[in-house]
Amino acid sequence: MPDIRLESVRCVYSAGTPFEKVALDNIDLSIPAGQYAALLGHTGSGKSTLIKHLNGLLKPAAGRVLLGEEDIHRSKEALRAVRFRVGLVFQYPEYQLFEETVYRDIAFGPKNMGLNEQEVDEHVRFGAKFAGVDESLFAASPLDLSGGQKRRIAIAGVMAMKPEVLVLDEPMAGLDPAGCREILANIAEYHRSTGSTVVLVTHDMDIAAENAERLIVMRRGKIALDGAPEEIFIHAAELREMGLGIPGAASLAEELRARGVAVPQGVYTPQALAAALLARKEAGAC
Amino acid sequence: MANSVITLDNVSFRYPDAGRDALSGVSLSIESGSFIAVLGHNGSGKSTLAKLLNAILVPTEGTVTVKGMDTRDEENLLNVRRTVGMVFQNPDNQIVASVVEDDVAFAPENLGLPPAEIRRRVDEALKRVGMYEYRHNAPHLLSGGQKQRVAIAGVLAMQPEILVLDEPTAMLDPSGRRDVLRTISDLRAATGVTVVLITHHMDECIDADRLLVVSDGKLALDGTPKAVFSQVEQMRSFGLDVPATTETLYDLRAAGADVPLGALSDTDAADVIVRWLEEKIHQ
Amino acid sequence: MLKDITLGQYFPGNTVVHRLDPRTKLVAVVLYIAALFTADNASATALVLLTLVFCVALSHIRPKALFKGLKPLIVIVILTAVLNLFYSDGNVICSFWVLRITDNGIRRAVLMVLRILLLVCGTFLLTYTTSPLQLTDGLEQLLSPLKKVRFPVHELAMMMSIALRFIPTLIEETDKIMSAQKARGADFDSGSLVRRAKALLPILVPLFVSAFRRADELATAMECRCYSGGEGRTRMKVLHMGRNDYLALAFWAAVLAGSIVLTRYGL
Repeated sequence: MPDIRLESVRCVYSAGTPFEKVALDNIDLSIPAGQYAALLGHTGSGKSTLIKHLNGLLKPAAGRVLLGEEDIHRSKEALRAVRFRVGLVFQYPEYQLFEETVYRDIAFGPKNMGLNEQEVDEHVRFGAKFAGVDESLFAASPLDLSGGQKRRIAIAGVMAMKPEVLVLDEPMAGLDPAGCREILANIAEYHRSTGSTVVLVTHDMDIAAENAERLIVMRRGKIALDGAPEEIFIHAAELREMGLGIPGAASLAEELRARGVAVPQGVYTPQALAAALLARKEAGAC
Repeated sequence: MANSVITLDNVSFRYPDAGRDALSGVSLSIESGSFIAVLGHNGSGKSTLAKLLNAILVPTEGTVTVKGMDTRDEENLLNVRRTVGMVFQNPDNQIVASVVEDDVAFAPENLGLPPAEIRRRVDEALKRVGMYEYRHNAPHLLSGGQKQRVAIAGVLAMQPEILVLDEPTAMLDPSGRRDVLRTISDLRAATGVTVVLITHHMDECIDADRLLVVSDGKLALDGTPKAVFSQVEQMRSFGLDVPATTETLYDLRAAGADVPLGALSDTDAADVIVRWLEEKIHQ
Repeated sequence: MLKDITLGQYFPGNTVVHRLDPRTKLVAVVLYIAALFTADNASATALVLLTLVFCVALSHIRPKALFKGLKPLIVIVILTAVLNLFYSDGNVICSFWVLRITDNGIRRAVLMVLRILLLVCGTFLLTYTTSPLQLTDGLEQLLSPLKKVRFPVHELAMMMSIALRFIPTLIEETDKIMSAQKARGADFDSGSLVRRAKALLPILVPLFVSAFRRADELATAMECRCYSGGEGRTRMKVLHMGRNDYLALAFWAAVLAGSIVLTRYGL
């Protein structure tokens, strides 16, 4: 599994016009193999632009993107191979489904990889398994299925390429809490059993905190904060100012601290907060 | 009920060719000026419920009455729709015109109002949602939250008594969502309009007067947000979450602590927790 | 990028040109085109060119924006130039192989290219300075006599304005779908023509599905806002012909007359 590295990557939209906008401003970022990172930021902070650089959909105006030790833009063939190694799931991916059957849609990526029929079949089943698409749906038309099922099929289509780096842009958008949990569990399972890198783009601090080991917060084309969840949520005021906020439990912990209850830093889930409070109660009782 | 604006009496609805009812046996009365939130998982029937409120759908069984008008009566159609304004999830798919103010003018134009009155309503509606400065802009260049506020203005220009919003924040980022929610609460304060907000974000329901939970086509829970969210296990069984505050208190209770579950805001929950901690120390 | 296409785009402004009644502008464009196609010599073409430059200056539209709109037409322009250059009779100036360039050919090539460019620039000026809604309003009003013969004028105008409203949205969507399919290894830039055409399927199918979904949702939203056809509908912005409108019409009528006179008696 390769690391993925951005070296002084710069991206400018509408260069040379009055609408010129620096979307990425000399980004240096390294995501080691096997990490589960969450990428956060306000709309327009540059996070969508950044992920399009990870699989070479956009070419940096300056700087390099490295997968392992190699520049992904070194040749046209290399770039094409990168598309399969860095799987990118876009926002509302269900709107990209186009084949007549679920099976053929999931097979689109593997077929583009140039695999033979048997390998394609194996890849399709692999993707479907991890994305939670039941094989009984293979013959159905994707257009007849529910929104949540379509979403999983689209994710299966990317997982079926067996990417070493899986990048997902807001895969939970528009789903209800149960649907969110299911998709997140699927991603976690893919991460755990394949050892792949996962980059999850989200607005939701609770989801980021509960799933990722590292949070990368972007603001105006730069990386504003980068670290483990407990390190990030110390900067509550800054996060709120960026329009992001902190997890609900971290916010309650903050309120308690303000009232003199010594809740340790790094508590950001209801379970952890309840445990910390119980521990405190025990200590107080003794 | 004397001041109820919409009444549903044993309403069921089944889509043509569907095997089962999307909504079944719902009875409900919506009071004038209230803020009602409707929570439900995807496919629970909550959008069907919304569409029944302004005669986009009419019940297959039972009756929906808006200000005394039966929604099944064709003659009431326009009056029902101008009384119950509807905002949908995807702002892109409800903006008709290429200029903000022209879009807001669409409904009053359909109502055949005189030009001066349309202008007055358009300006007023745009000011209410804070988009007046953008009146000459092209909608496709606005942010999601701004587009959704334009969509709300487009409905306000009909001067509806009831505003039904069907997952208006589902496609927005946190700041867009905050914008839209603030706009809704400002509107309520300024005009006293009745609001029915359909959502699956539990935090959007906290300020509601009344929270309805729809599950599998049925009205499963109905009460104040405090009362509804206190039923943590039931909410989970419907595929829904509860706020982090409630969940923390619930976990404490599960571990044997004697804390009440009702608190939703950080301040209220902190009050409860501090009291509980002190109690223990004083024992 | 697809987003750079400026077709049907409107640049809001508050110049004399922007403020003209859309009906005036539509009629003016007809007069302009008539003048352009009447003009058959240097002086008449120069007259049309100068009046266009004058109008562009009045509109504060940056010439760059106009030229940008011309880009997609380059092939047609070159083709027109080549065809006229080599396939016109007249005095041979130079020749090689089977090709002959004549004085007449040069004259015709320049004239035809100018005609195309002026035609396109003129219509662009109309769409750049008139919002699509005004444009369809104007068209609806101008064509309203046809309602008497049951021609669906209002419906057509509504369809046009909605189509214009959704062009940017669908272009943006096309961009998104293309990126998504590229991320699954779709290759749009290599292979034979047939292969490339086939490669468009993964873009076109989702685009159509989405367009139908949007149409469906839009129809519901329009119904919710009490839309029930053109009957009994009023307008917020009532079209009004002012002094400037009559002046503009007189001006363009004069240009057409000038073009006719110059072509007949001019250089």
